[in-house]
Parts: sequence; structure tokens; C-alpha cells
Amino acid sequence: MTIEEKEQAIIDEFSLFEDWMDKYSHLIDQAKSLPNIDESYKTDEHLVKGCQSQVWLNAELNGGLVHYTADSDAAISKGIMALLIRVLSNETPEAILRAELSFLDTIGLKEHLSSNRANGLSAMLKLMKAYALGFQIKSKQ
Amino acid sequence: MNEQSLTRRPSTSALDVSSIRSMFPILQEKVYDKPLIYFDNAATTQKPKQVLDCIQNYYSSYNSNVHRGVHYLSQKATDAMEDARKIIQKYIGAELNEEIIFTQGTTGSLNLLAYSFCQMLKPGDEIIISAMEHHANIVPWQIACEHKQLKLRVIPFLEHGELDLETFVKLISSNTKLVSVTHASNTLGTINPVEEIIRIAHQHNIPVSIDGAQAIQHLPVDVQKMDCDFYSFSGHKIYGPTGIGVLYGKKKWLDRMPPYQSGGEMIKEVSFEKTTYGELPFKFEAGTPNIEGIIGLGEAIRFVQETGIQKAATYESELLSYFTSQLKTIPGIRIFGEAPHKVSVVSFLVDGIHPYDTGVLLDKMGIAVRTGHHCTQPIMKYFNIPGTVRASLAVYNTSSEIDIFIHSLERVKKMF
Repeated sequence: MTIEEKEQAIIDEFSLFEDWMDKYSHLIDQAKSLPNIDESYKTDEHLVKGCQSQVWLNAELNGGLVHYTADSDAAISKGIMALLIRVLSNETPEAILRAELSFLDTIGLKEHLSSNRANGLSAMLKLMKAYALGFQIKSKQ
Repeated sequence: MNEQSLTRRPSTSALDVSSIRSMFPILQEKVYDKPLIYFDNAATTQKPKQVLDCIQNYYSSYNSNVHRGVHYLSQKATDAMEDARKIIQKYIGAELNEEIIFTQGTTGSLNLLAYSFCQMLKPGDEIIISAMEHHANIVPWQIACEHKQLKLRVIPFLEHGELDLETFVKLISSNTKLVSVTHASNTLGTINPVEEIIRIAHQHNIPVSIDGAQAIQHLPVDVQKMDCDFYSFSGHKIYGPTGIGVLYGKKKWLDRMPPYQSGGEMIKEVSFEKTTYGELPFKFEAGTPNIEGIIGLGEAIRFVQETGIQKAATYESELLSYFTSQLKTIPGIRIFGEAPHKVSVVSFLVDGIHPYDTGVLLDKMGIAVRTGHHCTQPIMKYFNIPGTVRASLAVYNTSSEIDIFIHSLERVKKMF
């Protein structure tokens, strides 16, 4: 599945819910499928500190594909992370860097990535792309 | 307070809440197609129509710069601004008009005070604050301490959120030059015994500054009766505009203190050799003031006077009791700040749910609350928590809104 196809699958899933609370229930369920970061990586080095909630992120390159693991102390942040990882994990650095990730806007969760939000997710998305960029540069060396 | 009085719904007989609500256009708004329930009043209060009209009227009919113009509009704007100063002076019971200094808000007032007052101090002098202060009553003192090599002493608070006055007395020494504490805590809701703190400090001839940001909108304040030396508050937390605040100071102190910011308005005479400063209050009001803010704040105070601050205080205290008792019916709720005297601010956590999650989900049900550390990180460290959910009520909130809130919170709980 391409990144766009994975995004579309999520959009289809969320379109089943009209009510905000159902949408968020589904998001919180997503949190449970998040590939959890190894406890030993839950250090300041992997921490994106928001004003209110914190997110830990790690990335590894295996066979040319990036694999992300993460965790957060807030369930909603964790749910958003799970969606982003569903879309971006197992992709090449090039594909990750190209991804526009408009699906969050379509399903109405974009606000969590805006700079107004105190959850650190906006900085975290930048970090996901920074990892991809790092792997890309490294593989060209 | 007995159990029955705790669970009783607030009586609306003393206050016509529905007519008060009709004065606030924003309260008719819907968010996500749901009627707005605004429980974030400790962050900022909504504005009654008379304040909005007053600002609109200023810009539509007499906008002009103040104090210097000889023309009609300038005179009218100056009069309106100075009338507002008098309204505020009378409202807080200040002896003199010139003891009311306009600032950008409580933060602006405290920065002015910390900078200017500490200019008069020498290395080794000490300032006492408390552990429940907003960052705005911590950081300006820290900066002043660094510049002037002063020491900052901190009054701790006890588990229920009351200041530890025994320790306060022990912290006082011959080096203590000022005490700066909050009237009411923005996170715990505690109303501090400021009269007692002032009495103790004055026995040692130490002046006291009170941060009134969370008290001015809830309680009658009389600075002469309280005998504080300084009192700070923000316009936007008492139904007025943002960007305007007040520093009240006793004239004897303001006369001695050097200016904070400089420029136009605050001078008497300028030459390249020497500049002399203007009289109070202008010595502390450099530049063109926030004229619309000042006039708007005057009108907001008029609204509070018309409503009756004592009636509002009684009603809000009933709302607080009802809110607290209803909240306690939900299993797994932990309330932070249970002092016997509180303003209508309730900080809490739902067991196992991050405050951010609670805040986001309540928002989707049309309820505005604040989540996080509320600019009081030392309080969060004391309780070892990342933050709280804070519901803060104002005179236009109702018991039926509280019922919806409780129902919504139960719904949030079921999602985890």
C-alpha cells in the first residue's frame, strides 16, 4: 500500500463516525495498536516535550525502510502518533519526506498538529521527517 | 459547611443570572453545534455588551491621543481615561487617584514593581513570595534578584493548599524588604489570609504586594482596609478588555520608586544633560496609553458595581460548593486545593486520564476548560503531577451548566 492508500484507508475508517465522541473513541482505540517504543529509549534524547503532554519517538532503518516506535502520556496524542506511524512506518525515507499527510485535515484532527496546541505533536512530526532525512543522507554517503 | 448545604443548588434569588447572561453576546454562541459552556474564566472572562459598546463608541466618536492635545476630541478622550481612573480608584478604595497606575495587565504590574522597587535595594536584601504564585509573581523577582544580588524566600503551602504562615513568620528577617503574595491562587483557588500576612509584615515595617489577578473579579477589594502597599490586577479577568491592568501603590512608595519604562508622557523636562520625571501617575505611564483598554476597564468595573460584587461573591461561592460536591460524586476524582476559603476555581484529575485528554474531549462537547500547569509549575511539582484540568466559574455560569459538565465528564470517563 502506498502512503496515499494508507491515508485513504484511515479516512474511510473515520468517515463511519459522524459524532465527535465516536471519532475520538476510535482514535483512543488506535492508541492501543501503537508500536511501543522500547523502554530503554524513553530518555530525554527521544522526548518531544509539549507544554502539556509528552511524546517519545524512535526510528530505525531496516532494509531501506524506516520503522517508528513511540509512546505518549496522553491517549489522544498516542492515538495521533499511532495514525502517523501506520502511514509512515515501513516506507522509504524518500516517500516519508514527500508525504503531505492531508488525511488528518480530512478526518478533522489537524488541530492537534497546529502550533496552538500544547501537545508537542507538531514538533514530533518534524522529528519523524528529520529521522527520514537523516537516514537518506546517511545512505547516500 | 454541612453536607446538605454542599449539595444544594445555588439560589438565584439574589442575582438575576439569566439577565446577566443576556448581557454577554458570546454566551449565545455555539461550539461544534453545542451551546458554549465557558468554564475558563480564570484565564479570561467574557465581556458584557456595555464594555464592547463603550470601546466601539470611543473609536467611532472620540478616538484621539490623550493629555497633550488642545483639541476637543483629545480633551474628551483624556476626560474619559481619567474618569476611568477615578472609577477604579473608588472601586478598590484607594485614597488617591494618582495611586492607580495603568499597565498591560497583572504581569505588567508585577514587572514594573519588581524592577522599580528592587532598584532601591542592596545586595543581600530579601524578597518573600509563596510557593503557590503564578509565574508572573516569581520570574520578575528572580530577574531582579539576579541583577541586584538579592535573595528570594518562598513561603510553602500545606496539603489542602493553604499557606504555611508559621514558616512565613520564620522567613522574616531584618533583610526582608518586601513580601509579594497572591490574593487567590489561580490553580488551587485558595483565598489567602492577606490581611493577616500584611499585619505580620507591617509589624516588621515590611511592605506587601498583593497579586489580585484571581481575586478582583470574585471578591470585594478595599486596599486601604486591607492596608496592602501594592495591589495588581488585570482588566480582562474582570469582564474588561485584554492588554490593560492596574498597579495600585501607596503614594509614599510610588514617590520613592524610580521610573520603569521611559519615553513620552512620563517626563517633566527633557534636555540632553538631564531629564526630570513627571508626577504620579504619569511617571510610571510611558508612551501613549492603552486608551480603549482603560475606558473599557472603567466600564467593566461599572458593570461589576451594577451587578454587585458581594451578591456575585455569594452566588459564586454557592456555585463552587455545588460544583465541588457534584464532582466528588464521580469515583476516581482527585481535587487539588481544598482550602476552606476559595474562589470559584476547581483543579482536578480523573484517575488514569491525562488532563490533556479530558480537556480535548470536554471541548468536543462544547465545554471550555483549561488544562496543563496553569503557569504554576512549582505547584505541579509539589503534587508530582503533569498538570490538572481546571474549571473556573464566573457570575454568568449556572448550576445547569454544572450538571451538563458532570454528565460530560462521566462520558469522558467511560471512554477509557
